[in-house]
Amino acid sequence: MAILHNKYRRFTAARAAALAGLLALAACLGYGQAVNSCLDCHSAEPGRLEVTPEKFSQDIHAQKGLTCVSCHGGDDSSYDPDQAMSRKAGWKGKIDRKQIPQLCGSCHSNPAYMRTYNPSLRTDQLDQYHTSMHGKRLAAGDTKVAVCTDCHSVHDLRAPSDLRSTVNPVNVAQTCSRCHSDAAYMKPYGIPTDQFAQYSTSVHHDAMAVRGDLSAPTCTTCHGNHGATPPGVDKVQNVCANCHAFQAQMYGKSSHFKAFQDKGLPGCVVCHSNHAIHMPSDAMLGTGPSGVCMKCHTPGDHCDKARADILSNLTQLDGAIKQADQSLKLAESSGMEVSEARLSQDQAVDSLTKARVTIHTFQPTLVNEDIQAGMKIASANQKAGQDAMVERNHRRIGLGICLIAIGLMLVGLWLYIKKLES
Amino acid sequence: MLSSLIRWLDERLDLEGLIAPFKHKTVPTHRFSYWYFFGGVTLFLFIIQVLTGILLLLYYRPGANEAYESVQYIMTRVQFGWLIRSIHAWAANLMIFTAFVHMFSVLFLKAYRKPRELTWVTGMLLLFLVMGFGFSGYLLPWNTLAFFATKVGTEMAGQVPFVGKAMMIFLRGGPEVTGATLTRFFGFHVAVLPGLVTVLIAMHLFFVQRQGMSVPPKIEAEWIANPSARREMKFFPNFALREMMAWYVAMGVLGALAAFFPWNLSTKADPFISAPAGIKPEWYFLFMFQTLKLIPSKVWFVDGEVLGILGCSLVGLLWMLLPFFENDKAGRSKAWITGLSIFALVYVVGMSVYGYLAQ
Repeated sequence: MAILHNKYRRFTAARAAALAGLLALAACLGYGQAVNSCLDCHSAEPGRLEVTPEKFSQDIHAQKGLTCVSCHGGDDSSYDPDQAMSRKAGWKGKIDRKQIPQLCGSCHSNPAYMRTYNPSLRTDQLDQYHTSMHGKRLAAGDTKVAVCTDCHSVHDLRAPSDLRSTVNPVNVAQTCSRCHSDAAYMKPYGIPTDQFAQYSTSVHHDAMAVRGDLSAPTCTTCHGNHGATPPGVDKVQNVCANCHAFQAQMYGKSSHFKAFQDKGLPGCVVCHSNHAIHMPSDAMLGTGPSGVCMKCHTPGDHCDKARADILSNLTQLDGAIKQADQSLKLAESSGMEVSEARLSQDQAVDSLTKARVTIHTFQPTLVNEDIQAGMKIASANQKAGQDAMVERNHRRIGLGICLIAIGLMLVGLWLYIKKLES
Repeated sequence: MLSSLIRWLDERLDLEGLIAPFKHKTVPTHRFSYWYFFGGVTLFLFIIQVLTGILLLLYYRPGANEAYESVQYIMTRVQFGWLIRSIHAWAANLMIFTAFVHMFSVLFLKAYRKPRELTWVTGMLLLFLVMGFGFSGYLLPWNTLAFFATKVGTEMAGQVPFVGKAMMIFLRGGPEVTGATLTRFFGFHVAVLPGLVTVLIAMHLFFVQRQGMSVPPKIEAEWIANPSARREMKFFPNFALREMMAWYVAMGVLGALAAFFPWNLSTKADPFISAPAGIKPEWYFLFMFQTLKLIPSKVWFVDGEVLGILGCSLVGLLWMLLPFFENDKAGRSKAWITGLSIFALVYVVGMSVYGYLAQ
């Protein structure tokens, strides 16, 4: 701040007069427009001091009528640097990183003030920030941690709903990774820096970035945003349960829940990982490289048998659905009407999905109930397809008989005509 | 028993007198005689349509919430329902095909000439009505393709200047294609059009009966030059038995199509989804559809679509009045009609194929 102040001090009187003249002319030409001496000067400043009117106009605060003075103080109506950046006029200069959350909070934690702009906007960001790992470390004097402007940007801060915003759901992971994937920057903290790389391979990232599903989880969904902190080993299932409610409910009643708690294992993460959560598959129940059960269980024990039983049933239902599908496809390609069976195929698939959710109870009998329900539907559908093919064959035989009869009739008619005409 | 019943009726109704004209009626026999069968086959297919249509009516329920389900029920639950519906759908397509063949054969054999102008006019009206049957019947299963085809088709009708908008609302029963359109089309399909077609068929057959079969001018000239070459056969039973053979062949083709390619039902119409990509009308409207697609959006200051629709309507009207443009004098006027007929056939076939293959 002092450097900036001194820099302007070095202006010669002549340069100041020339600049003032130019600005006065500009002011006259732009008669009727709001004067902002800060931007007029800072648009010509190099590097980090540069703030152009174009950039600032993108800022949600500028759009709501706030100006540089709202945060930095000073007098933006004066083209005299001494007056514009005078401490008397309340000029604060560059905001100290430690002060940023407090400064933002001076408005954003004021419900009465915020209501005048956006009544639905929360005003607990600062309180939450104080509870976050970032906030705690900042309070302890670590200025490397993220403050408001690191995530939200500054001078071109956009509403989170804006796709170009750094905190829009599609950009959040990238924003967090700016620090958390920087090995050198994160070195003092001794935490991994591969979260973003792992997340990028996950089913959640795929849903967000590829399918454009904004409800898919990103960093802040699990860690919180302003109160960002790791969820905690014993509470991770509560985080997952926000979306995967049934799975969490079943897991909560399972034998694994207590066993994992006793051993201090992080619930869902044990089998599904945390950042690199891939699309679950039946192979997770297998003994191959994707298998997860045998990482803890012993081959041949009671649980291994239950695992094999569940896997076998799931594979059986999956196969039955595929067979029914093929049978119906064959019937459809022959022009047979099997739309009712086709519709109930969805129910068979639903049963399979339900069985895959019920796995979280780790009770083969419960999983088998869903499997049997699905098997019944899939078998009926397969039979519908087969019946349709039998019906098709009957039709063709019937057609053949009719064509023979028509052929005989044609021959008979022709012979009769010949007889008549002879 | 049967002969005594016929005798009993004959005594009272003079059946002999009634069928006497048919006994004396003759049909010219020459190398193009087989084209005469197409009119009869078209009539046979119409009869099939009436019979299968009546059977479908026993189960079909018009209404946006019921139509699709009722057709599905016919296809899956009703004994031989699939056969009746498939024959109805295939016979409709074959009937339009044979009607076109009949029209072009009449054209090339010059059977439309004086004194058969009215036979041609009623025949053309029948062709338009048969296409109307196709358009109205296509919507009745209330499936996705039918819904959007009707939407596009009625939108085109809406492009006609001055009366277009009112016509579109009349056809749709409102500004959009809804259940009201379905009910309306059902009414056209099973009441209005059959009534009109029955009257026109009666007229058409009456004219044919009164005037007899036309002999192509070339054959006529050959026969005048060599009267001994003139050949005729009795309508009954000789020609009628041959016609019966043609009907049997048509029945065999219909059965084979229904058994090998049962008419698809597709998915139920959903007014809230977007139209399937590359949607096209039924094959018999393809040549007109493709023509409209090829016309630029603006031709000078006139909207291209309006121009296309007016053009098609005008061509249809002139086509119907074609016999009145041909005079008795041999020569140029006859030649241009033959040339025009060849062009029309090539255009209709070419544009249909182009429309089918175009993306």
